[in-house]
Amino acid sequence: MSKSLNLYGGLAVGSVAMLTAAYNFADRNVTPMPEAARVLGEAPANPDIGFMVKPAIASTSPSDGPLGIGRVALPEEVAAWNVDVRPDGQGLPEGSGNVSDGDDLFQDYCAVCHGVFAEGVDNWPKLAGGSGTLDREDPLKTVGSYWPYVSTVWDYVHRSMPFGNAQSLSPDEVYAITAYILYSNDLVDDDFVLSNENFTEVTLPNADGFLVDDRETTELPVFSQEPCMENCKDTVEITMRATVLDVTPDQTAAREAFEAEQAAAQATEATPAVAEPAAAAPETAVAEAPAEEAPAAEAPAAAGRLDMELVAAGEKVFKKCAACHQVGEGAENKTGPHLNGVMGRPLGGMEGFNYSKTMAEMGASGTVWSEENMAEFLAKPRDYVKGTKMSFAGLRKDDEIAAINEYLKSFSQ
Amino acid sequence: MTASSNDMKSSRRAFLRGALAAGGTVAGASMAKAAGPDPLITEVQPWASGLGEGVDATPYGLPIKFESDVVRRNVEWLTADVISSINFTPIHALDGTITPQGCAFERHHSGAIELSKQDYRLMINGLVDRPLVFTYADLERFPREQHVYFCECAANTGMEWAGAQLNGAQFTHGMIHNMEYTGVSLRTLLAEAGLDAAGDLSDKWVYVEGADASSNGRSIPMEKALDDVLVAFKANGEALRMEHGYPARLVVPGWEGNMWVKWLRRIEVTDAPVESREETSKYTDTLADGTSRKWTWVMDAKSVITSPSPQAPIHHGKGPLVITGLAWSGRGAITRVDVTTDGGKTWQQARLAAPGQKMALTRFYFDHNWDGEEMFLQARAHDETGYVQPTKTQLRDIRGLNSVYHNNCIQTWWVKPNGEAENVEIS
Repeated sequence: MSKSLNLYGGLAVGSVAMLTAAYNFADRNVTPMPEAARVLGEAPANPDIGFMVKPAIASTSPSDGPLGIGRVALPEEVAAWNVDVRPDGQGLPEGSGNVSDGDDLFQDYCAVCHGVFAEGVDNWPKLAGGSGTLDREDPLKTVGSYWPYVSTVWDYVHRSMPFGNAQSLSPDEVYAITAYILYSNDLVDDDFVLSNENFTEVTLPNADGFLVDDRETTELPVFSQEPCMENCKDTVEITMRATVLDVTPDQTAAREAFEAEQAAAQATEATPAVAEPAAAAPETAVAEAPAEEAPAAEAPAAAGRLDMELVAAGEKVFKKCAACHQVGEGAENKTGPHLNGVMGRPLGGMEGFNYSKTMAEMGASGTVWSEENMAEFLAKPRDYVKGTKMSFAGLRKDDEIAAINEYLKSFSQ
Repeated sequence: MTASSNDMKSSRRAFLRGALAAGGTVAGASMAKAAGPDPLITEVQPWASGLGEGVDATPYGLPIKFESDVVRRNVEWLTADVISSINFTPIHALDGTITPQGCAFERHHSGAIELSKQDYRLMINGLVDRPLVFTYADLERFPREQHVYFCECAANTGMEWAGAQLNGAQFTHGMIHNMEYTGVSLRTLLAEAGLDAAGDLSDKWVYVEGADASSNGRSIPMEKALDDVLVAFKANGEALRMEHGYPARLVVPGWEGNMWVKWLRRIEVTDAPVESREETSKYTDTLADGTSRKWTWVMDAKSVITSPSPQAPIHHGKGPLVITGLAWSGRGAITRVDVTTDGGKTWQQARLAAPGQKMALTRFYFDHNWDGEEMFLQARAHDETGYVQPTKTQLRDIRGLNSVYHNNCIQTWWVKPNGEAENVEIS
């Protein structure tokens, strides 16, 4: 460790001295200190006294910080955020969960991306398998083959999963899911129960597979030689070309779209007399409709006409769904089914998509998607369709649900 | 802008065709001759007689429409979705060293979140004398610092380990940006909480964590935490963008981008690393024998020629050519950049646009008189520690082919006689 560990220069003689010391050790581009502070601080600051000398601030009251900015964190606030778990089990809450419960939870919350057996779906992370592949081409890095600590699994599931509904699992559920992931990697038996008490007894196969960065000794000496500048080689041959592989995103589409837009803009400018009335017409129609039609007739009329503002709002809200669902031209089933034509379609009615049993049954018994049941589903997916594979907590705001409904309607006409 | 402007356009195109044809026959340094008077000069143009946009037409300005292709781009097949994903800075189209925020690459683990200053809280807890909570307004009351630093994802150029894959500097080297940050040093914030309780600081760590759903967390040794780490709230003079961690992010100079926690919500002083997901299962480097390096935080010295490059081909034919690129090192300042046009048979020193700054991008220029023949362009960075950017073969000899991160190899662009460039590997 070097001099940069210096935090406080001198014996504590008050906050100004410490602030000055901190400035003395900042190595560059520090804005000048206020003159008064510098004068006051100069005398006691002593660069020869290292960081091991502690400032005498421990005895001062908690609100008496060096600058006195901020407030003391309450124990319940620290408890709410301080949830990290270490390899030695530090940070684990009391609790337990077994493989069987973990299996059920995994199918509900995780399998949609990670696969029924934790084998992974599409590009989503594979959590099981890959044993013995680390020294081969394209190693398969999973919890079983690569991760060094069970604590990392527990901590990550607890803080970040399920994707789109993080921090919603109870400690017992996290123990159970972790147990199932261990089971999927053949590391525990099917009657295994993981708890805070036996947590450190489970060792992952690759725990000893890591070494601390050794570039200083293995690379720096090799890569710090004065390089050749002249007559360095006789011939230069191409050994590999990127265009042969052809995996670079195509940028011509974007350029052409831009050019087409420009051309269209010019065309519009050239014919203003035609464009203006055409644009005005629908506005009039929309404005008149509600006034003229009786309330009973309003519904079918409205169904055929979209509130474009609401559709636009829905497009924004749909970003929350877009991780799993595609909609619009060229939409395909991904993690979730594509949503073209979803309104009016039976639940679980998109061919080729593997729905939950409940969703499929509801559709088979004649339930079709409407604005009403879609709103109910979007508010609390698991309440409306028990056991749905959609690992999404739901939309909290009614206006967001209305916007999504309008947006989906725009792809269902 | 109706019929007459279309006529003007077509005559301009004819002119350009003529100039190009003429240019082809012009040799050496002599100037191209015009086929006829340039209507852009001889005819009064609409912008020279009419009026432009008034002030406030765009209260916050964006690049002019002609630059609309200078944008971040992602590579769809790299990730399962766009929420936990990455895109790339269009470095092929930029010059200078500062990356505008609007086109600086994004990397999210649970998407970019909207976190207001009012809702922002930063907690310091663990082995401190006083666990503290700061609001955003609190952060603005601490003494500030300003520094320019590059932020490079450890996976930048990672797709090129096994061979030349992506055809463009944006995609091979665009997981990088370079901004001028304003913020408070982490040292100052830790002093506010008091480190007396931590005892001997030489074996202590800070664990830093974000407020988004991934709550991305990394362990940083105390030595670095007290050295040059910043909690930044401004970049290039204005508030951070949402996608870069508004309202406050961590800046960890010279170290891999994953540690630059965005939407920073918590700093915990600990006596051991947490061994979080992003410092075990990811951001570790597997070697040929199956063992893996961990805690490979420093970004090694690296450079790339940004133009010409596959997305920035040469249109002007032979003659004077500006070859330019970027160089950087996580260990300090860039001191020298070498450039070769013949695939490494002969190297020459490039001109640094300004002396290298520690852990910041350095722009270099190599003014070349192109003979119109094919070129194999490479750049090679040197930093103040004496480190010289290695070839891909040198890296593979030590690390094998199974690494993803920390690929700082010398990049080759094959420039063909027609001016097009391609990403290749050479002997």
